[in-house]
Amino acid sequence: MKVAIAAAAVVAVLLFPVVFRGPYPQHLMILILLNALLGTAWNILGGFAGQISLGQATFFGAGAYTSTLLFQHAGLSPWLGLLAGAAVAVVLALAIGYPCFRLSGHYFAIATIAIGEIAGIAVTNWEFAGGAVGLFLPVEGEGLAAFKFGDKLGYYYVIAGLLAFSVTLAAWLRRGRPGYYWRAIREDQAAARSVGVPALRYKQLAIAISAALTAFAGTFYAQYLLFIDPPSVLPLSLSIQICLVAVLGGAGTLVGPLLGAAVLVPLSAATSVALGGSGRSLDLVVYGALIMVIAVFEPSGLVGIARRLRKHLSAQR
Amino acid sequence: MNAALVAQALVSGLLIGFVFALIAAGLTLIFGVMEIVNFAHGEFLMLSMYLSYFLHASLGWDPIAALPVNAVALFALGVIVYYALIRRVLRAPMLAQVFATFGLGVFLQNAAQFLWRPDFRTLGDTWVTGRLSLAGVYFSGPQLAAAAGAVLTTGGLWWLLSRTEIGRALLATAEDRQAASLMGINPDRMFALAWGLGAACVGVAGALLSTFYYVFPQVGGVFALIAFVAVALGGFGSVVGAFAGGVLIGVVESLAGVFVAPAVKNLFVFAIYLVVVLVRPRGLVGKQ
Repeated sequence: MKVAIAAAAVVAVLLFPVVFRGPYPQHLMILILLNALLGTAWNILGGFAGQISLGQATFFGAGAYTSTLLFQHAGLSPWLGLLAGAAVAVVLALAIGYPCFRLSGHYFAIATIAIGEIAGIAVTNWEFAGGAVGLFLPVEGEGLAAFKFGDKLGYYYVIAGLLAFSVTLAAWLRRGRPGYYWRAIREDQAAARSVGVPALRYKQLAIAISAALTAFAGTFYAQYLLFIDPPSVLPLSLSIQICLVAVLGGAGTLVGPLLGAAVLVPLSAATSVALGGSGRSLDLVVYGALIMVIAVFEPSGLVGIARRLRKHLSAQR
Repeated sequence: MNAALVAQALVSGLLIGFVFALIAAGLTLIFGVMEIVNFAHGEFLMLSMYLSYFLHASLGWDPIAALPVNAVALFALGVIVYYALIRRVLRAPMLAQVFATFGLGVFLQNAAQFLWRPDFRTLGDTWVTGRLSLAGVYFSGPQLAAAAGAVLTTGGLWWLLSRTEIGRALLATAEDRQAASLMGINPDRMFALAWGLGAACVGVAGALLSTFYYVFPQVGGVFALIAFVAVALGGFGSVVGAFAGGVLIGVVESLAGVFVAPAVKNLFVFAIYLVVVLVRPRGLVGKQ
């Protein structure tokens, strides 16, 4: 059953751009896949290991800026930039994790906010990285090797591939020893340590993987939109949105972030198309109200609704 | 770098720091009693500032005179938010609680933008316009009044919590919900009271800030972020800690703005936070 649903979802994602050829539906779907990737990355750290990060934008920005600067100044292929960005994000993540994992609960979350804000302010005042003006990516050549595509289709399959890699990695980790250790740390760190779980090492593993995947998304974003600046890749609002995707979908589950992105992205697009035209942010009023409603009525996320639905159906049978 | 400049930066930092302290005190009170961080705290502040603006613009009421109105209105808002929203997520996981208040913040901020447009508004002349000069150091009238009001209010809150029966009941609920209810304290009403008092703190802060700060839908974000850091810096749940955290942040921000660059002043605020919690993971005066 689960395998069948997963296979159907993969086929649907692969066929989507063949059926919907317009640039807007394809753009929307790219945003869904991008958010699903970000949510999956957050979920490894926040959902599996229980360390709530509100500073994921730091890693997103590390990916976007590293690959862009290497491309502009050294002519490095964005594909190598993708890996370099992930490497920088991992180094940052380990440097952040080592001291900050001594904190727990709200203290850790606020520390990640503080680090995210520091990164934003630092890049805004860093002339070499374009400062507050941002960086434009020059368009030189097209095709898979250049990571530049004339239409949306190429970007679509790249982000779909990155997402598939991330979900597979997350599923594999969750099934193995790290998954069990993370769950033990999340439920009760002291108890986990008392039975010999090396808590710090496994939390570092979680933040490093989460950061690398988030940096992948950052490089993709830069290549897709061809312009980055601190308000677009390093804001607190992005960090919160990433967390929101995973939590509204269902933190700690594999499908949660995918479900969250599939619902949240079209929802915010639809409300802004229907209500945002006036420039008076009615769309965000509705969005805020919906977040409250979901938090109150389905605190375990959309996955909880799906579960209840399934129970309901099997009870009827 | 002369002495007068240092003195001026210290004074300005202290004055705004007292206001940060009051906002942080409201946040930490709510957290201390029920372990929920109010991510809509900044939006409560914003609503209070708009209230001052409209009372001033339409009725001609001075924000300082109308201060009790703000306090009562925000107290009522806090209680309503508790009963309508927070009570429903009391037993939910921490993340659901975060998003309930976060969603409320998004809702309020954008409702304000929808109703009142994103314009920056100022109140113009109020009772406290002007400035004092003392030994070469200037004290801006509105900031002096705001600092005095904030110190009095935070002091009042501290007195209420530590010296009155109802304050002790609040602290008892914070300490141990079940034990408190066995002593005949209704935790539900204590939680509502905490939300009312926490919101009333930003009600007062909003009225005080409206005399010299722009009023616009996103104004809460600026202060809320600082309040989160102040609360964590002092130690979640401690009013004294939040006060110390707020004042420390005001001074650090002001000194960094003068001696490094205004653009990077918050960098120092966040860096100080990290240094403090890494040395003392429970904040300056937090309990272990």
